[in-house]
Amino acid sequence: MTKGILNKINLMWVAIIVVLYLLLSYMMAAGIINSYYKITLFNMCINIMLAVSLNLVIGICGQFSLGHAGFMCIGAYSAGIITKMMPNYAGLILGILVGFVISTIAALIVSIPTLRLKGDYLAIATLGFSEIIRILVQNMKITNGAAGLSGIPALTTWPLLMLGVVLTIVICSNFTRSAPGRACIAVREDEIAAEAMGINTTKYKVIAFVIGALLASAAGALFACNFYVIKPTQFTFNKSIDILVMVVFGGMGSMTSSVLAAIAIGLLNMVLQNFTDARMIIYGAILVIMMIFKPQGLFGDREISLSKIVDKAKAKKEAN
Amino acid sequence: MSQFLQQIVNGLSLGSIYALIALGYTMVYGIIKLINFAHGDVYMIGAYTAFIVTTYFGFSFFPALITCMVVCGLLGVLIERIAYRPLRHSPRITALITAIGVSYVIEYTTAYFMGSEKRTYPQLLSNASFQLGPIKISTQQIYIFLITIVLMLLLQFIIQKTKMGRAMRAVSTDENAAKLMGINVDNTISFTFLIGSALAGAAGILVGIYYNSINPLMGMVPGLKAFVAAVFGGIGSIPGAMIGGLFIGMAETMVIAYGSSLYRDAIVYAILIIVLIVKPTGLLGKNEREKV
Repeated sequence: MTKGILNKINLMWVAIIVVLYLLLSYMMAAGIINSYYKITLFNMCINIMLAVSLNLVIGICGQFSLGHAGFMCIGAYSAGIITKMMPNYAGLILGILVGFVISTIAALIVSIPTLRLKGDYLAIATLGFSEIIRILVQNMKITNGAAGLSGIPALTTWPLLMLGVVLTIVICSNFTRSAPGRACIAVREDEIAAEAMGINTTKYKVIAFVIGALLASAAGALFACNFYVIKPTQFTFNKSIDILVMVVFGGMGSMTSSVLAAIAIGLLNMVLQNFTDARMIIYGAILVIMMIFKPQGLFGDREISLSKIVDKAKAKKEAN
Repeated sequence: MSQFLQQIVNGLSLGSIYALIALGYTMVYGIIKLINFAHGDVYMIGAYTAFIVTTYFGFSFFPALITCMVVCGLLGVLIERIAYRPLRHSPRITALITAIGVSYVIEYTTAYFMGSEKRTYPQLLSNASFQLGPIKISTQQIYIFLITIVLMLLLQFIIQKTKMGRAMRAVSTDENAAKLMGINVDNTISFTFLIGSALAGAAGILVGIYYNSINPLMGMVPGLKAFVAAVFGGIGSIPGAMIGGLFIGMAETMVIAYGSSLYRDAIVYAILIIVLIVKPTGLLGKNEREKV
């Protein structure tokens, strides 16, 4: 049943995605989702990409990164600068690719020395690194300094965003089930035991970290072409924490819960839009309370799995 | 040359503030292996406490300093009791996330009640300065430096000579063995938070005086810099935190003087990454073997 890429389960997923896509497109066209909600929806999609990719690093591989905003910043600025020169899809693709190259180099520079170490050094090093990126962006001519870039062409469309979200989820969940992904899970569970089993722990940690960085940079590119304006102040430590809250709130290690948490937090943000301070207090309190009472997150590491649902339905049928 | 000497004086006073904050980081890390992200915010609360008692209650400098240290010390104990104690034996990543959460709550609660705008600090110490050969030293700088030295000597005395200090060293070496020897581990950890946070409170009032303005998010960046200082000196080592603080303060002042003030924060993070590559245990840190 799970033979080949065109098996029943995959086709069912494709059908669900297509239906969801058409439904939301119809709602947007019919004005049920008005332009205000559309902004929230687009924001949610970008946040899903960021949360799922951070979950790969934190939840699957167990490496605590606080620098996701830095990679997002790289992607956003690469895409912003290039699409301003080439305002079409070729420009966007080129921008994303340039973002990939820079993010990979940056991720390798920060991860190879720090991932050798055990403990919390990665958290601080990634935090410092993303701040360095932000300070560089703030002081470079090509990025227009603290004023930021404006007039970026609005190339992020609904189909493109949906594609981004689906690709991110597919890449992350397939990576988790691949041999390197299993190695990452082993590292998360017990690094010493994994090492004793012959797993090159640093290598797999770096692989997961780089994939996470690449996806964050792609999300950044879509972010830049969605909001027309990007500023260095959008990519501070606080942005990294926003993403972290989604991952922690949903449950570390589960892609489904990251998606759900990104949607929930998106709605919460919309409701609390006018109460910035209160929103931040709630975020902080969520982190503390979740960690003390439910460190596995709201949904834990459960995933929505179609194959399990199908199996259950079959078993029921046979029983009847 | 005279400018260089002048920058050394400036660097020393900035560095002693970082050292005071770094001590709290290093003590807490030494005893429960937690990067206390909220430590920078305790220091911010120190600055605000001093602001309130001097502006509204007319305290002078030394009573304000004492009040700050007491308030921050108690706040530190409270944070440990509510947020960190339930998580003492959970994975380190859990405690780290909690620490970030605590930091958010403190920052934005302060912003909520005190407003998020900058506030001008009252003039607590005279701004007089005198010429010492080619260099100019202000009274404030002398106060900052003297207070730091006195507090550090006091800390060394507590840690090396008192019973509580001995208990702290014992717990940081081996918690379980310390427990078997009849040490009350919970109290010792609370005491560590008390001392570390009180030092951060002192740093808070000093920084308010030095920079003349405070805001609810002021704790974040100096907090991180102080952490870098602690890593540079070897996290867990108290003399290391002092040396690290002075070095980071000096490096930052030199970048402002001879490079560009735009990169004053970047240089600190760059130092961190270099330390992690070259000598992750820091200057005076012990290289611990991992036991399975």
